[in-house]
Amino acid sequence: MSERAREIRHVLETEGATVHENMIEDNAKRYEAFADVPEYGELKAEARAAKENAIERLPELVETVTEAVESRGGNVYVAEDAADANDYIADVVDGTVVKSKSMTTEELEVNDAIEAAGHDVWETDLGEFVVQLAEEKPSHLIGPAKHKSQEEIAELFASKFDLEDPPETVEELTAFARDFLGERIKEASVGMTGANFVAAETGTITLVTNEGNARKCVEATDTHIAVGGLEKLIPSVESLEPFLELLPRSGTGQDLTSYLSFFGPGKASPRDDDQEFHLVLVDNGRSELREDEDLREALYCIRCGACANTCANFQQVGGHAFGGETYTGGIAPPWEAAVHDLDAAGDANDLCTGCSRCVEACPVGIDIPWLNTAVRDRRNHTGESFDFLPDAISGEDGNPPTSSRVFGHVGLLARLGSQTAPVSNWLADAKPTRWLLERTVGIDARADLPTFTRETFTDWFESWGPQVSRADARRTAVVYPDVYTNYVRPERGKATVRVLEALGVRVRVPEAPESGRAPYSQGMLSTARKQAEATLDALAPHVADGFDVVTIEPSDLAMFRREYDRLLGEDADTLSAESYEVFEYVYGLLENGADSTALRAGDGDLSYHSHCQQRTLGLEDYTTEVLSRLGYETETSSVECCGMAGSFGYKADYYELSEAVGEDLAEQFDGAERVAASGTSCCEQLERFGFDADHPIELLAP
Amino acid sequence: MSIAGTDGFADALADLDVTLVRTTEADAPGAIADLLRGDTVGVEPDCCSLPESVNTDPTWAEIETADTGVTPAALGVAEFGSVLVHETGRGEERASLHPRRHVAVLAASDLEPDLNAALPRIAEAASSTGSAVLTTGPSATADMGGLVVGAHGPETVAVVLVEDA
Repeated sequence: MSERAREIRHVLETEGATVHENMIEDNAKRYEAFADVPEYGELKAEARAAKENAIERLPELVETVTEAVESRGGNVYVAEDAADANDYIADVVDGTVVKSKSMTTEELEVNDAIEAAGHDVWETDLGEFVVQLAEEKPSHLIGPAKHKSQEEIAELFASKFDLEDPPETVEELTAFARDFLGERIKEASVGMTGANFVAAETGTITLVTNEGNARKCVEATDTHIAVGGLEKLIPSVESLEPFLELLPRSGTGQDLTSYLSFFGPGKASPRDDDQEFHLVLVDNGRSELREDEDLREALYCIRCGACANTCANFQQVGGHAFGGETYTGGIAPPWEAAVHDLDAAGDANDLCTGCSRCVEACPVGIDIPWLNTAVRDRRNHTGESFDFLPDAISGEDGNPPTSSRVFGHVGLLARLGSQTAPVSNWLADAKPTRWLLERTVGIDARADLPTFTRETFTDWFESWGPQVSRADARRTAVVYPDVYTNYVRPERGKATVRVLEALGVRVRVPEAPESGRAPYSQGMLSTARKQAEATLDALAPHVADGFDVVTIEPSDLAMFRREYDRLLGEDADTLSAESYEVFEYVYGLLENGADSTALRAGDGDLSYHSHCQQRTLGLEDYTTEVLSRLGYETETSSVECCGMAGSFGYKADYYELSEAVGEDLAEQFDGAERVAASGTSCCEQLERFGFDADHPIELLAP
Repeated sequence: MSIAGTDGFADALADLDVTLVRTTEADAPGAIADLLRGDTVGVEPDCCSLPESVNTDPTWAEIETADTGVTPAALGVAEFGSVLVHETGRGEERASLHPRRHVAVLAASDLEPDLNAALPRIAEAASSTGSAVLTTGPSATADMGGLVVGAHGPETVAVVLVEDA
């Protein structure tokens, strides 16, 4: 077992259960909070535009805020890096520091600097206090102690404080911490806060909080030091509106948090002396990130943690496995790369499967899977290769790990496997082969490998031929023979053809290359781009002929609709517009007069798991609606992702994590009579748990 | 603020478990007195008087040990049931924060329908004195393994809406 696999197993065993309970709950709260906000999309677009604008204007906003703060008697310091910020802060600090929660100060490791300067520093956010006492790192952007249960916190307090009657219930623990920290706040001379936003025009920082500790830290001390990354600057308090509507709902599922503090220089106060105000704006790699065309949008992050809450992998292990030196969750890798280095980004980066559920959850619409792909591509281009694989499957993608190369070229392997089936299947199942695959390629020996079919989908179609004449055709469509349908699951391809023909569609199934999804997900952008170009070349003539493109595998449709724009730019616009998910297409045909009685009628219950990327594209409902029209009582899963995610569940490092994610789905479908799933991976994952799962299109074929 | 807006405010406060008392300038001192618990410190609002039992010139120690703090609310946001604690140098922030109970006194004419309408006034308040806090319900935490109402800040909140002010 690899070191990483052991580490993940340890986290699963020690923190997994608590993390899981908290994340599932927080994720559900976000959905509930937005359920009655019909303008979510508009707010999201508004917030996105406001961040794009602010980052564009950043140098000007720094000037504006400096002027505003200084004119009101405060100080602004723009720190080049962590050491610079810490030096400034250590210089200002003249006694005990009480802090409210701030990820930017975690990034600086300012507590170490303050202690080195001879002063005490106390975290007063209750979660941060727990983490400080435990000498751990936060496991979540907004819930630092989400990995700790009430019992563990009680044990921690009992071990750290000599108490006759140690607190046990959540109320007792809260009261104890409040009183203890209340004393620290009283002794302190400096209150240090973060800044969720910094309004440049008035030099006003905004804190979005619930506990009230930030207010106390500021109110009760002689000096207020507010620390924020440069990306926190926005023009004015008025420009906060979309963020204040989005951040609490995205983060904690509250319509609004208990406190929105608007603090700045020149505070009025009943105290005798004026309070000092220092705004420390931290660069530490942010200016470079701003110049980075691929990663710039990471700066739009408002640190709500929704990308973590919605992430199937994060829900199992939390930020101690899914994180870097400071940041956690899907957004961590570009941030770790910017403020630390590419190495620090690695662990979190490898846990992003590209399922894309965070794209929907992110209140500023950051394309987090893309950021992870871009970081992965960069990691692939560092380090040395000791690889035995031929250049044919490494090419210009740098030096990705062997497993990435193998999975990134799954199409080539599938082709070889199919040409040599059934021998390839016997070989792949043989114990010595599996041992070798785990040792050399990193494919877990416990994983069931796909069985390759000798007759491919395109072979089959050649003898089947189009069954609907040009004259009778309602529409004309190409069925895209994705690599899984073509070599592993041709039955769903055949079913798609029969369904479309039954509805009066003249079908073509051309030979076409892989979409590029596999190398894309391994961060092998050069190969992905080549495959995308070749796929576009193969499909474009059909589209020009007036054929629609129907896809079966949702991850390939997501390539056409989302990722091709990154890889090919506007050249891919037509393909993107003319491509459909098969049930989306069937729904459209039925809506436009096609006769549903031409399809096989259904009856009884069906448990259906929609593919993660299909849901992000907003396409789940077409499948359930068509199934319902045909007579099925459909129950859908609510899990974000099946956990297999293409190659992820095969990798020896992540086999157990993938299994843990899959258990959530298996539990929901426990006792189900009939199961269907749109993705190949989803079917494979369900099969691992003993379900017999196929694409739902196979239920419709006459 | 229209009656409909006031009702929206009442609904939002009910969802937050915040007591709302609607009163008039003349009846306000009595209505406020009913909401006070134990030792009380406070800051005089513009829209009405406080009952005489409120200590309006407390020492730091008196604030720390007070059971109730009563302060003016500079504005309200009907949509969310929020009230703005605007520090003007008279100690609004500490009186609303340290005691376990906060009673906010709001003139109905200062009730805004939503954040969009409130933000310019919040911006003005914050830049004029450097401290304004939009408070929505009691303080809370979920950091100790379960939700607890009453973290560092107040555990209960009441709002007195002075309807003819």
